[in-house]
Amino acid sequence: MTRLTPSTKSVALHIGVVLALLALNFLLPEYHRGVFARVLVLAVFAMGYNLAFGYTGLLSLGHAMFFAAGLYGAGLTIYHLEWSVWPAFGAGLAAGVVVALVVGFLALRTTGVAFMIVTLMFAQVFYLMTLYFTTYTRGEEGLVLPQETRVLGFPGGMLDLSDPSTRYLVALSLFAIVLAAILFLVRAPYGRSLIAIRENEERMRMLGYNVFVNKLMAVVLSGLFCAASGAAYAVLFGYVGSGFAAIQYSILPLLWVLVGGAAATLGPLIGTLFMFYVIDTASSYTTAHLMVVGLVLIGVILFFPKGIIGTVRERWLPWLP
Amino acid sequence: MAAVKPLLETHGLGRSFGGLRAVDGVDFSLPEGETHAIIGPNGAGKTTFVSLICGRVAPTDGRVVFDGKDISLMPAHKRVRAGIAYTFQITSVFANLTAFDNVALAVQRQLIDDHERGLSSRALTEHGMDALQKVGLGGYADKVAGNLSYGHQRLLEVAMGLALRPRLLILDEPTQGLSDSEIENFIALVRQIGEEATVLLIEHNMDVVMALAERITVMEQGRILAQGAPAEIRANQAVQQAYLGG
Ligand SMILES: Nc1ncnc2c1ncn2[C@@H]1O[C@H](COP(=O)(O)OP(=O)(O)OP(=O)(O)O)[C@@H](O)[C@H]1O
Ligand SMILES: [Mg+2]
Repeated sequence: MTRLTPSTKSVALHIGVVLALLALNFLLPEYHRGVFARVLVLAVFAMGYNLAFGYTGLLSLGHAMFFAAGLYGAGLTIYHLEWSVWPAFGAGLAAGVVVALVVGFLALRTTGVAFMIVTLMFAQVFYLMTLYFTTYTRGEEGLVLPQETRVLGFPGGMLDLSDPSTRYLVALSLFAIVLAAILFLVRAPYGRSLIAIRENEERMRMLGYNVFVNKLMAVVLSGLFCAASGAAYAVLFGYVGSGFAAIQYSILPLLWVLVGGAAATLGPLIGTLFMFYVIDTASSYTTAHLMVVGLVLIGVILFFPKGIIGTVRERWLPWLP
Repeated sequence: MAAVKPLLETHGLGRSFGGLRAVDGVDFSLPEGETHAIIGPNGAGKTTFVSLICGRVAPTDGRVVFDGKDISLMPAHKRVRAGIAYTFQITSVFANLTAFDNVALAVQRQLIDDHERGLSSRALTEHGMDALQKVGLGGYADKVAGNLSYGHQRLLEVAMGLALRPRLLILDEPTQGLSDSEIENFIALVRQIGEEATVLLIEHNMDVVMALAERITVMEQGRILAQGAPAEIRANQAVQQAYLGG
């Protein structure tokens, strides 16, 4: 066997990407390392969104609530209950799973535009709740987690999550775990069923699949990954505010995934990174940066109609997962 | 074949769409092992009737009994698991997946059901290729389903049905749009399937019906107009007027 099979190639590529990101920790200037750490955490959010939208075909406009469930689950328990980081992170994940189960159970009774509206409404309710309980959340102003609470305990010692290098490496670890999980998932029989449900739901039902339960599991897993991103964001960057539950944080993952490539494992990372730098660069040159961003988006759609990775896969590298 | 127990029975099965009685109180019984054809003019309610059986459409009244059990309230996916497979009148395959992946989705679920835990990829390949070979698509395993000819897509649907190893296979106008030579092969295929499974076949092509059916049911306006062996149906005056000769 001299030729590599598509699956070894793709595993090698993903390991390569993670190793390259690891090397960047030591190569990037301080500012860019900070940007990358943020992008890695938000790319996890985008990967979670991709599982629901890209693979399962569920166009949700409410994923900010899963991110925010993780953010608040971790942030509030640290701030008010003085939990340490590990259990707080667990609380964030649990909050995401519970919200995803409830919302999925109700919203999956609808499809298409109705599903978009129902998820949007639920997310809006969640957002308003973060404002309503302002005594605990301080609403838009938000909570700043003190630096001494943001330490990660290990048998061997403590990691200070506010240290730039530690923060980068923890963000990368989470990213790598979720990337591996998604890669495994989409190549497993369950992942293939999700794609097939997206392609032809009625046919899947008539092959004996319980479509509702499969979709619900996809929403819950998606919610779990998004909550992991939110919880990590709280402990790594030390800020928890209502802004993260607002509508733009439901639109952003959709945008990142579309730009990077829906139903492509590396699409969310590329999309998030690309959008971050476009906005960053544009806003350093002009105050009308949103106009530049809009123009760039139009360009991407014209030249990469299936997103960056999606189009690369279609034209050149069909083995990309 | 007098004492064969029925695999499928319907009792007063009906479905209305607004004021329209698409299926109107149908009592029907299908013995295990039979190959049975349903014929009737367009809009007679044939597709709706079999959709009530496989659970795609909910009945407004009546009951469906499969293998002695009342399945009227069972959701469609459970009926498939119980052994009822349906191939769509309008071709419904996964156009972006390869022919093999299409069949694999059926096999995969079947293997999970049989509690073959590990779901070995060898068993998956074996069962999948087996179903493709049965319909003569063995050489097309790696082709994207959407690029197959129309006739081959229809055969792929049948292969997906076969991969479910059903006890009752419902074929809804499977030969529609097939060429004459494809129809020849198809008749041979259904004969072979009929050795192992009970087949309920909706068909407009009378040559196919006469070649395959042990018994025929004629539907018109949601009701059973006549039922019997092919020769009886051919001789039936009412049927001739309503349908056959026009
Ligand atoms: N979902 C639906 N909503 C409303 N009316 C329907 C629906 N499905 C079927 N009908 C109507 O019910 C009647 C029976 O339709 P059905 O498709 O069962 O007929 P058929 O015998 O299969 O016809 P064909 O030979 O054309 O396939 C038709 O008048 C049809 O218009
Ligand atoms: Mg029909």
